[in-house]
Amino acid sequence: MSELTDRPSDDPYRRGTGEVVISARDLRIWYGTERGPVRAVDGVSFDLRAGETLGLVGESGCGKSTLGRGLLGLLPDGSKMDGTLQYRGEDILAMPARRRHDLRGTDLAMIFQEPLTRLNPLMRISEHFEEALNTHAPNLGRDQRRSRSLAILRTIGIPPTRYRSYPHEFSGGMRQRLMIALALVLEPAFVVADEPTTALDVLVEAQIIGILHDLRREIDTALLLITHNLGIVAEACNRVAVMYAGEIVELGEAAQVFRAPQHPYTRELLRSTISLSTTGLNFIPGAPPDLAAPPSGCRFHPRCPTAMRICPTRTPRMLPTTAGSLAACWLHQGGDELPAGAREPLERQEISVAEEA
Amino acid sequence: MPKKPEVVAEPQTLIDIDDVSVHFQLRGGSLSRLLGRDTGSVRAVDGVTIKLATGEVLGLVGESGSGKTTLGRSLLGLVQPTSGRIVYDGADIVGLSERQLRPLRTRLQMVFQDPNAALNPAMTIAEQVGHPLTIHKLASRGDVRQRVGEALERVGLAPVERFLDKYPSDLSGGQKQRAVLARAIITGPTLLVADEPISMLDMSVRAKILQLMIDLRASLNLTYVYITHDLASAKFFCDRVAIMYLGRVVEIGPTAEIFADPKHPYTKALLAAIPDPDPDRAVPRDLPRGEIPDAAEPPTGCSFHPRCPAAFELCGWERRDLKALLERHWASVPPEEYERERQLVGDIDGLDEPGGPAVVQPGRASSARDMNVLVQRLQGAAPDDPFWRGVRDIREVGSGVEVQFEDGHDPRLRPSGGVDVACHLY
Amino acid sequence: MAVEGAEPAVRTVTPSYRRLAQRFVSPITQTRGVARWILFAGLFITGVFVVAAIFAPWVAHYGFAQKRADGVSFPKRSAPSGEHPFGTNDQFYDVLSRVVWGSRTALLVVLLSLVASIIVGVLLGLLSGYLGGLLDRVLVLLMDALFSFPSLLLAIVFAFLLSERLGGGILAAALSLTVIYIPQYFRVVRNTTVTAREATYVEAARSIGAGRWTIMRRYLLPNVVHSVPVVGTLNAADAIGTLAALGFLGLGIQPQDAAEWGYDLKRALTDISSGIWWTAVFPGLAIVLLVTGLTLVGEGLNETINPTLRRRRLLPVTLPPRTQDERS
Repeated sequence: MSELTDRPSDDPYRRGTGEVVISARDLRIWYGTERGPVRAVDGVSFDLRAGETLGLVGESGCGKSTLGRGLLGLLPDGSKMDGTLQYRGEDILAMPARRRHDLRGTDLAMIFQEPLTRLNPLMRISEHFEEALNTHAPNLGRDQRRSRSLAILRTIGIPPTRYRSYPHEFSGGMRQRLMIALALVLEPAFVVADEPTTALDVLVEAQIIGILHDLRREIDTALLLITHNLGIVAEACNRVAVMYAGEIVELGEAAQVFRAPQHPYTRELLRSTISLSTTGLNFIPGAPPDLAAPPSGCRFHPRCPTAMRICPTRTPRMLPTTAGSLAACWLHQGGDELPAGAREPLERQEISVAEEA
Repeated sequence: MPKKPEVVAEPQTLIDIDDVSVHFQLRGGSLSRLLGRDTGSVRAVDGVTIKLATGEVLGLVGESGSGKTTLGRSLLGLVQPTSGRIVYDGADIVGLSERQLRPLRTRLQMVFQDPNAALNPAMTIAEQVGHPLTIHKLASRGDVRQRVGEALERVGLAPVERFLDKYPSDLSGGQKQRAVLARAIITGPTLLVADEPISMLDMSVRAKILQLMIDLRASLNLTYVYITHDLASAKFFCDRVAIMYLGRVVEIGPTAEIFADPKHPYTKALLAAIPDPDPDRAVPRDLPRGEIPDAAEPPTGCSFHPRCPAAFELCGWERRDLKALLERHWASVPPEEYERERQLVGDIDGLDEPGGPAVVQPGRASSARDMNVLVQRLQGAAPDDPFWRGVRDIREVGSGVEVQFEDGHDPRLRPSGGVDVACHLY
Repeated sequence: MAVEGAEPAVRTVTPSYRRLAQRFVSPITQTRGVARWILFAGLFITGVFVVAAIFAPWVAHYGFAQKRADGVSFPKRSAPSGEHPFGTNDQFYDVLSRVVWGSRTALLVVLLSLVASIIVGVLLGLLSGYLGGLLDRVLVLLMDALFSFPSLLLAIVFAFLLSERLGGGILAAALSLTVIYIPQYFRVVRNTTVTAREATYVEAARSIGAGRWTIMRRYLLPNVVHSVPVVGTLNAADAIGTLAALGFLGLGIQPQDAAEWGYDLKRALTDISSGIWWTAVFPGLAIVLLVTGLTLVGEGLNETINPTLRRRRLLPVTLPPRTQDERS
């Protein structure tokens, strides 16, 4: 573990330029349930640099939201987290709870899916901003607070005439803009946005994606955008991490990954997406596994159309592929080390049609 | 299953929707209710005319608040239209009582958006899928279970023994939606109204359910009304698409025509807004601003004009557009400039009333002259804004400034190159 | 969002009737920690009284209105002894027997009133919530009026009215308690029905042609009665108290009809000043114990059935050390 961070040159995750804001290595988040531990996040590594937007995609139940919450320390009772998680080189998991709490809001922020439940209906928008700034930046003057709030509202496209309105006077899209503005007014270095557009209409969703896309340029924030919509990742993110059954199976430049997906899961996910250019329906058979007892070896092997004999027996590592992205798949690695017959196709069990998410 | 509709060369009309409107009375605040004041109404569906042919898949596409769901539910008598006729099988079903509608319920069925909510949590799958048969006394007790088995098999819930005695909470989202489909087809309906049947499902399951609906269409001779906000799935699934906005159909035509050459600016916008995983596609710009306006007080003229990038003189400009323009302008200037300009203008809440012309009083320390200059400056700052095309005259009246608008009117659906479109451009 | 991946895609099959039973029993077996102790303590205390009530003829040595045995009169106000473990009272009755028979009276009255008020309250709540309109307004007004009265006052009025028609028996007492508890079930069921009425599955029921009655019976009723058991047990505790209060005021069950703790307490009032404690302590203790027992059951059930209070015991997580081979 620590070896990796000590020798950055060997680290496949540490590439590119710019300050590394969030660095996760072999992060695990397990939940306690009545049936035993659920491996919601199981050995995830990535770097996120300032000004970068990383899209986190995958089917529901693969650990996306857990990872997002875990990065901010917002996990429910009965969950455990280990591995390495650094914020600007400082180990978050090792720091005192007090310091971690202080970081949230000022340095680390979250944008939620349902804005109405996160805004106090009895407080004016101005009061929301005042409160956020008062708690986290107490040395600002009244006028400074106001101009800073108005400035961020402007970036987000909310007219200043509405500054003293109440949350219910805004439409759904405007509320989501407000949430983004509230998260950004403290100029956090790292923001997690969990399905920020899922509840919105198509045109409003497009507006929000546009805003997120532009923010990347204007503010030097590192953004983790959790979504199930691959189209949103393509339009708003420069990098993408594909998650399956608690693991990141492919990580790379968004354009690169979408143009030439390396992991079969990424490929199948792209193929099963219905877009305007869809001419035939494709889908991945089966459902994501129960994370209390995930399949052996590569967790995707029971659903993988290109599974080989090696896949259920050994877990592939995240290694660079020829296309430039990192992928955990035996198709791209192993070379001659693999035993004979390892690359023979796997005889697969029939998956019933109804076995689905 | 009942006898299948005969196959004829000429498409037969299954349902004739004729000038249907659904208005909902607003409840208003407690005070106005106490005083018995008229609180106004929302025109959820406003004069829609569509002929639904037997065997076709008609897509009703629009954002939330477009009236697509209300229209779909009124086809089944779940919502009573305020006016208009819905002719099914030679008879008007508008105004029928629940009891009179009951025989029709075996032939008109619905699939709901949220599979987690559409099934009764307290009944087993076998009980609820078979319930339509029990209600309409279409099968004996012993037969019901067998018919349920057949229906489950048809929707892919096989082996059926694994699902018959389950409760909805034991099933995944996709499985629940299959059970909902099984319940809908068990009486052998001719029409399925599918209200966003895949939008709540996981990406990887959507294609499966859509494929299932396509298969059912072929094997059961179903006619679909497919309600969705997702043009991509509509393009794949529908024969004909009706684009709805604020209770009206703004464009309707064969799917191929609409997608090859979208005419209405709203259709164009919807198409441009779909996020696409194709990395070579640029992020769409110049999308319509704002959101769907309040249906209780829709914009005058064409209801899309406040958001339309191509709006011009005829579209029905009004004073609310001036307020929107001011707010847009102020959202784009630095805060200091906003503070300065805001001082010039008096109360702008008077601009919330529909209609025109707009009269704006100056602020305390300014004059009509200053206001006029401000308005001119606004025009100079954004001369390409469609708003200015609708302005006939700006003049100082008394102490304020009056902005007069061109006379606009409401566009009607008119045929244009294979489709019908409600837009003054055509 | 719920814990991702916590649910397996398909669970094992269990027959329908067993599943149904499990739906009701499982919250009890799932209880953990304090809630479980509360529930079990309550069930134990209540159980003792239930056993005493059912087997009263065997548990009690004498009848509830028996003044002599084997031709020998009982002494008046005799202190607890081998013959009369709880002593005797001013009417020559054996206090132990009165207490045991009293538990039969109390539980019978409470059971009767509970069943009646649940049937009426749930039915009216369901009708009112689903049909709405004028019926709903009238019923809500009526029930709120009933609810806002002090329940004891209401019970007194009804006991008065009913005792004229039905006499001072168990039935009259049960019915007067019924009236005061109906509004609680009505409120709970009506409010959940109003919410459930808007659920998609109710609309789905309409779309498959289900009539009003079918919708209420098959689609609404099973989904709106979740909190009735909790309200029921808590009301039972309350009803014990109210029944005793009625008896104390001389309005409840007359002594020759059945043994009643409240009545015995009233008789014992005069004894206290003369140092005779046993006539008051034992019936009083019985009331306190049974009320406590039923309250504990109610609270325990509430903790398990009410999802906002429920805390399931999560198995602790230990992250195993990583194996070298497994990943980098």
